[in-house]
Amino acid sequence: MSFGAPAPESQQPDGFVFSAENLKRAKQIIARYPSGRQQSALLPLLDLAQRQNENWLPRAAMDYVAELLEIPPIRAYEVASFYTMFNKAPVGRHFIQVCTTTPCWLCGSADVLKAVKDETGLAPGGMADDGSLSVIEVECLGACVNAPMVQVNDDYYEDLSYDRMVSLIRALKAGEAPKVGSQTGRKGSQALSGPTSLLDPALAVGAPAKPKASRPKAEAKSAEKAEPEKAEADKVEAEKVEPEKADPAKVEAENAESEKLEAPDGETAKGRATAKTKPRPPSTKDKD
Amino acid sequence: MPKLTIDGIEIEVAPGTSVLQACEQLGIEIPRFCFHERLSVPANCRMCLVEMERSPKPIASCAMPCGDGMVIRTDTEVVHKARKGVMEFLLINHPLDCPICDQGGECDLQDQAMAFGFDRSRYAENKRAVKEKNLGPLIKTFMTRCIHCTRCIRFADEIAGTPELGATGRSEQMEVGTYIEKAITSELSGNLIDICPVGALTSKPYQFNARPWELRKTETIDVLDAVGSNIRVDARGGEVMRVLPRLHEDVNEEWISDRTRFACDGLRRQRLDRPYVRCDGKLRPASWDEAFAAIAERLEGLDGSQIAALAGDLCDAESMLALKELMAALGSANLDCRQDGAALDPAARAGYLFNTTIAGIEQADAILIVGANPRWEATMVNARIRKRWLMGGLSVGVIGPNVDLGYRTDHLGAGPQTLQELAAGDHAFAKTLAKAERPMLIVGMGALARPDGAAVLAAARSAAETFGLVKEDWNGFNVLHTAAARVGGLELGFVPGEGGRGTAGILDGARNGEVKLVWLLGADEIGADRFGDAFVVYQGHHGDRGAHRADVILPGAAYTEKNGTYVNTEGRPQRGKQAVFPPGEAREDWKILRAFSDRVGRTLPYDSLEQLRGHMAQVAPRLARIDEIEPAEWQAFGKAGKMDAAPFASPVEVFYMTDPISRASATMAKCISQIVGEGEKRTGTDG
Repeated sequence: MSFGAPAPESQQPDGFVFSAENLKRAKQIIARYPSGRQQSALLPLLDLAQRQNENWLPRAAMDYVAELLEIPPIRAYEVASFYTMFNKAPVGRHFIQVCTTTPCWLCGSADVLKAVKDETGLAPGGMADDGSLSVIEVECLGACVNAPMVQVNDDYYEDLSYDRMVSLIRALKAGEAPKVGSQTGRKGSQALSGPTSLLDPALAVGAPAKPKASRPKAEAKSAEKAEPEKAEADKVEAEKVEPEKADPAKVEAENAESEKLEAPDGETAKGRATAKTKPRPPSTKDKD
Repeated sequence: MPKLTIDGIEIEVAPGTSVLQACEQLGIEIPRFCFHERLSVPANCRMCLVEMERSPKPIASCAMPCGDGMVIRTDTEVVHKARKGVMEFLLINHPLDCPICDQGGECDLQDQAMAFGFDRSRYAENKRAVKEKNLGPLIKTFMTRCIHCTRCIRFADEIAGTPELGATGRSEQMEVGTYIEKAITSELSGNLIDICPVGALTSKPYQFNARPWELRKTETIDVLDAVGSNIRVDARGGEVMRVLPRLHEDVNEEWISDRTRFACDGLRRQRLDRPYVRCDGKLRPASWDEAFAAIAERLEGLDGSQIAALAGDLCDAESMLALKELMAALGSANLDCRQDGAALDPAARAGYLFNTTIAGIEQADAILIVGANPRWEATMVNARIRKRWLMGGLSVGVIGPNVDLGYRTDHLGAGPQTLQELAAGDHAFAKTLAKAERPMLIVGMGALARPDGAAVLAAARSAAETFGLVKEDWNGFNVLHTAAARVGGLELGFVPGEGGRGTAGILDGARNGEVKLVWLLGADEIGADRFGDAFVVYQGHHGDRGAHRADVILPGAAYTEKNGTYVNTEGRPQRGKQAVFPPGEAREDWKILRAFSDRVGRTLPYDSLEQLRGHMAQVAPRLARIDEIEPAEWQAFGKAGKMDAAPFASPVEVFYMTDPISRASATMAKCISQIVGEGEKRTGTDG
């Protein structure tokens, strides 16, 4: 398959128009840009078109978007052919992109590819006859820490091996929704052996007294609410150390807490809680 | 006015001048590929790197505006090394196929590799190869040679106004092309060949035909439209190999239309290379003596009023003057150079000139086009309007055919009625015109070459006066001609004399037998059946419509084969020069007329072109002032009257075939079948 080339005529649909809902969204996107600069909306609109059209971008869709933005069609072709994330030919319902760039390759992306081949009979660039699956090889997707990995449609599946890839494909084929992210159960991009440094919570200025990592999720959330109280406690501590500098320290402690309040959301709360134990550098304000 | 130092020389330049342009002003040559004076500046080839004081890296001089106190060095070790490095990168994927490349000998890459490059390659890997594109019958591609300067993309986008080319893919896979296979539909596409600095885009009709150093170059004038584009004709032996544009800022800048460039193969086909005389209904080859004898025999006893002459669209002024004087000697006042019957008044110059001038378009702020399709009738004028439009603040209204001109137009209406409404102020565009400081009106032959042409001309004049188009320092009234000979003929007074017949009168007379002999000087746009039983003498170079009807054919010279004066639609006289000799027994037209005048005992008083030109300078002094435009005085012209409601139609039905030369051209025929499309109506001898 030539890079960026359009699909053959036989695969091209006769026409393309946005659904009413997408058209409304497209209008919103276009309205973000000043008049005369509508062509800035080209990239999001092409993406919208691709999502509407089974994850690929037919010529008619590029023409349609260009017409919507009042630009020559070639300007849309240029952008669409530049970005590999736009699929110019039909892809499977599950579009598997196997990363084979160096870090993934070192960690066994060849096994992953072999698993795909053995399980589906598809080499990179191939598509299953029923259109359920298609596979390509891609360059780095930016999840090297959890290599090797694949992207299926919008989701990343990480920490793969031959067996895990096989079970992933089976799950996809069976219509299940496999767990997104690491397939070994590790959190985010935690070190494989668990936390190895910064374990002493006492090192953290303004950190909670006990590491939160061991708490269940529900508790973590309620802990967030409790945090202002702890901050107060910290403040008292700070006052003990340098009673004459109480006010600036208080302000800083509050700032630190408000940061924490913004950050957490269910999925990664624990990971973040761990990160919060990191010691803060001594406040410059202390030297004032 | 920033002042900077380049190679130790101080120079003051206009604000906004780039370093590269400043270097050029000093005569310092900076190599470049992507930079082109008339296109936007992408600075992507990096060939123009120079050293700037206090800059850690060399700078791209084409994109760096001059600043006060800049110190530039163009001849240092760093610069040489940078150029060598850039050149080496450019050559990594460029094939070493100069011996089989049509650009060889006139290739920027070749020249600059010689001058600034490294003498060997360190690249041992495989070169990339790019699939050929099919850009239609005029442009041949060899995309592996492309160095991605994007000049063609910018030209198509900016100058031609047909954004069909683009850069698709990325990095190693980046390709310049149309993405979807299609022929380039621009009338200016041939210029892509000129601006391509390498052999990626070359001329398809000219492929593998000649090398530039074999060609004899003649600087002359194009006659296939009324713009008078300055061209260079490249010939080898007796054959015109190709036509290239020549710089003339006030006319065609450095572009020419595709018809001008590619119709030259028509000069080799359908040529009349010897005299013919019709015997028993069939044309038979004859000698000059026989041909002259046949005409003289027929002339015998004819009264002056029974003789008529029509001049065609490609005639030079010299031969028109000779024919006019021959007719005068024969006692005839029946002559006309307006074979389409355009209602142009030879007495009022302002009424038949493009008064604003082509360069003047750049000052206009509102243009009303009446009955013309400038894109097809005068491509270079249209390119100038587009250039003005791109500067912003121009509104264009069109009355006539609603066509895509390559810029935004308001289609106001199709026929004379709209013109009347507009003149009465009943139209939104009337306000625009009234408000404009430098408004223009362009009247085409589609509005004038019709029975009510004089009334349309008068209506246009009154509109011009209503909207204040004519001021002390501005004349916004313009007639857009389609025939290169037309203005010359009008200036010479090649129009009916006292009591004489015009085109319509001559044709009527021929039909009812009052006109017995018609002399056609290259007049090919009149149907053969319209001459009745008259004896037709055709003097011209192609076996086209005129020759088909002729009783005697006198083979003349085409524009590349004679020295002649042509006056363009602005009233600018220009001299065309002979590039090759006429084929066979064909002769320069004025010589034929001079020889015939001798044969009938009414010898014209000139024996050389110099004498003829001297005489012409007396008859029409303006034609001797080459390349000078004399502004025309505003006076009354046209004849107010009732206008037909029929919509205006452009006289140019198909851009690629408008005259005997382009009708004979195989390249133009290919353009019609591949670009215009199979279903399109064809013209001329094609069917």
